Amino acid sequence: MTAGPAIVRDSGERALLPPFTDEHEQLRETIARWVRTEIAPHVDEWEAARQFPRELYTRAAELGFLGLKYPVELGGQGGDYVHDAVWAEELAAAGASGGVGAGLGAHTGIATPPVFRFGTADQRERFLRPAIAGRKIAALGITEPGAGSDVASIRTEARRVEGGYVVNGAKTFITNGVRADFLVCAVKTTPDGGHQGISFLILEREMPGYEVARKLEKMGWHSSDTAELSFTDVEVPEENLLGDENRGFYLIMENFAWERLLMALGAVGAMRRLLEVAISYAGERQAFGRSIGSLQAIRHKIAEIGVQAEVGRALTYHALRRFVAGEETIADVTKAKLYTQRACVEVADEVVHILGGYGYMREYGVERALRDARLGPIGGGTDEVMKEILGKQLGL
Amino acid sequence: MKICCLVKEVPDAAVQKRIDPATKRLDRSGEKNLNPFDTHGIEAAMQIREGDAVQVDEIIAVTMGPESAVRALHKAVALGADRSVHLTDAALEGCDVCATGYALAKVLEPEQPDLVLLGQQSDDGECYTIGAVVADHLKMPSLTQVIKIEVEDGKLVCERQAEYGYDTVEVDLPAVISVGDAINEPRYPSLKAIMGAKKKPLDTKATGEVGIEADQVGESGSKTQVLEINPPPTKEAGEVFEDEDTNETVSRIVAWMDERKLL
Repeated sequence: MTAGPAIVRDSGERALLPPFTDEHEQLRETIARWVRTEIAPHVDEWEAARQFPRELYTRAAELGFLGLKYPVELGGQGGDYVHDAVWAEELAAAGASGGVGAGLGAHTGIATPPVFRFGTADQRERFLRPAIAGRKIAALGITEPGAGSDVASIRTEARRVEGGYVVNGAKTFITNGVRADFLVCAVKTTPDGGHQGISFLILEREMPGYEVARKLEKMGWHSSDTAELSFTDVEVPEENLLGDENRGFYLIMENFAWERLLMALGAVGAMRRLLEVAISYAGERQAFGRSIGSLQAIRHKIAEIGVQAEVGRALTYHALRRFVAGEETIADVTKAKLYTQRACVEVADEVVHILGGYGYMREYGVERALRDARLGPIGGGTDEVMKEILGKQLGL
Repeated sequence: MKICCLVKEVPDAAVQKRIDPATKRLDRSGEKNLNPFDTHGIEAAMQIREGDAVQVDEIIAVTMGPESAVRALHKAVALGADRSVHLTDAALEGCDVCATGYALAKVLEPEQPDLVLLGQQSDDGECYTIGAVVADHLKMPSLTQVIKIEVEDGKLVCERQAEYGYDTVEVDLPAVISVGDAINEPRYPSLKAIMGAKKKPLDTKATGEVGIEADQVGESGSKTQVLEINPPPTKEAGEVFEDEDTNETVSRIVAWMDERKLL
């Protein structure tokens, strides 16, 4: 008779889910402690001020968080995308608001990676090094008043002149746009634009003709600054061309994968936090002589939230594993982005409901989580764009 | 100056602690972490190094524990220690605080530290005494619950938190100092430091290599023996005074306290 499978006692060890290792978990602890100590206590104040202090960039830089995935030679920490994934998830999970996560995340996650990936040694020195050190704030400029999901239809135009370009046009919904020192900006470099006619230029805020037209008021993400920018005959030297001319569409597409993964990771972190708030509140709040968590109506709601959070996490980590392995990940990233953004809105809404009147008040931060989550199904490609990608992937 | 920081691997703060009825010891399965109190000891060492009162040549993290305790050492190194020493041996299992203090002193002896720093308590056993035991074996002065350290002319001037206020004590070096968590805010280890920790030297020592007498350690070498473990007595139900007339409520509370000689 052969012995059956050994019954392994659950040692309670925190499961290390690939691609995360013990080293990543230590970084997770560090980031979480920083967020709990130096961000969470100030979030309400920053939300009310519609901006977090610029010094947060320098503090984050001092601790190495702005350069986790960049080489030591450029002032980075020598890590990789998985370390940045920990950063994105923990900012949300440990209690930074969506706005703080967006402001820091736009800098580390979407505006600086193209400079690293496509920049010349000179561009890395001029823009990436000071960005890693927190001396320069970066923003990414793609969306325009007339071009959102339809990226190829951007109208901001860069006319070739001797020694560089002259840029005219406008960008909107630009995270960090109000105080960005440089903007990694998509421009049309052929009269027709489109997939073969888009390039990237690095615009600097002190360039004449570069203007912050408006600071935008938003539903959520209050502590991040979001701007409308206008460019009138902005002269940009050719050494600020990022990557090859007319190859910008591919840069956008490459950047989108990471941006969408970061959004998914943020939602995974936010859902983890919301689940914790719901469990804790339901365990303490008494009604009808017992804790509301022992009432089926609430217990079942929380059980479902737990499943949504876990499904989102599994999809996202799966996409992340494939992304860092350099595999084809369009479908995986799209699924993760689509599912987590909608799930996070639903979860936040349910948690507001579980907390009842308190959920609707600012005190517990869950109404903020709901407002912050609502951008998810819109930004970085809408749900509908995600479904189109997936539908086409299915051969339809 | 050479500083040794004693650190310990303890069950993570999030883990529900329980005593294993079979061994009458703390169940140490589950997630573990570096004793948070010891991180203040490492930070204190780093601040002495970064200050200009004395030159610190080396900071060494020292632990005694099973194989998994290496993780605690890596964390200590990520926080600033230059290298680490791991005393690990099956013979050490079941050591009480006296036997542990003896074993740690034996590991520290060859290092000849000028200063030994540690957290005032471990997050598991919470004995608060290990520093004093180590100091006794090393024949060094010892202070506990220190919340300020200044190095002056080869001596330490320490402020110590006591029940009645603060003591300021001058201590000759070498010394063993256990620090309170109010002494500092431990720094955030950078990713570079976390990744670099595994590359820093780590010496693994068995009892025989540091001259530990076998009959002085382990359960049999321990001077204490756990005979029985019982839960603490349940608290008596309190008395609730409904506050209808505050003056009267205050008088009732005062009378209640007076009756029990609490005033």
